[in-house]
Amino acid sequence: MLEGRGIVTCSVTALPEITRRVAPPRSLAVPYPLGFPLGAPNDAALQRRILEATLALCARAPATEPVAFVP
Amino acid sequence: MDRLDELPFTLRTALRLYRWRRVSPIAWARLAHPLAECRVAILSTAGMVAPGQPPFDAAVKGGDFSFRVIDRATPVATLIDTHRSRAYDHTGIAQDANLAFPLDRLGELADGGRIGAVAPRHLSFMGSITAPTRLLRQTAPAAAELLVADQVDVALLVPV
Repeated sequence: MLEGRGIVTCSVTALPEITRRVAPPRSLAVPYPLGFPLGAPNDAALQRRILEATLALCARAPATEPVAFVP
Repeated sequence: MDRLDELPFTLRTALRLYRWRRVSPIAWARLAHPLAECRVAILSTAGMVAPGQPPFDAAVKGGDFSFRVIDRATPVATLIDTHRSRAYDHTGIAQDANLAFPLDRLGELADGGRIGAVAPRHLSFMGSITAPTRLLRQTAPAAAELLVADQVDVALLVPV
């Protein structure tokens, strides 16, 4: 829906098995449980790293396979 | 990362059997500018609302398909988690809403020149929508329209 309007989307995911079934164009698989998409509360550095890794996917060609985040 | 087979039985079964929708084929968008010049908006499904906004309604059959607009100036610490799902641990978000609605982090990335700007408006949804037709036909086009009006280049999706 957003992509069709020219907005590039990127996503974090904690459940890549499900994300593969939805097949969004850019997703980062993070090694954290549901409820902790950006890693840990009050850990600004980690949250920023995850965000940057997610946003960096926007500059790449779309690929529906989630990219693994390495902390 | 959670593996499906490590989740509680009822959740695991629901996730396995659910008919997940794909939005393909679709013409994927391309960045019109380098990331350092892009305006970025958050789209989170953590059910956060700003003070004074109505909470998401867990009683809506098929899932609450509405969304809340979160102004960029909203202090993150004032966001309220109204997602009723017990399928995930809410304690991290309770300590720091940036975990699922990273407005402060986005501001830091803009200050550091990693992105162009933080969008003026961000979108909050509640996940757990089992009947997504109204979301797809009504809410999503309205959400897209709002982001287009704000000249957003990138939507950062944060599902919980």
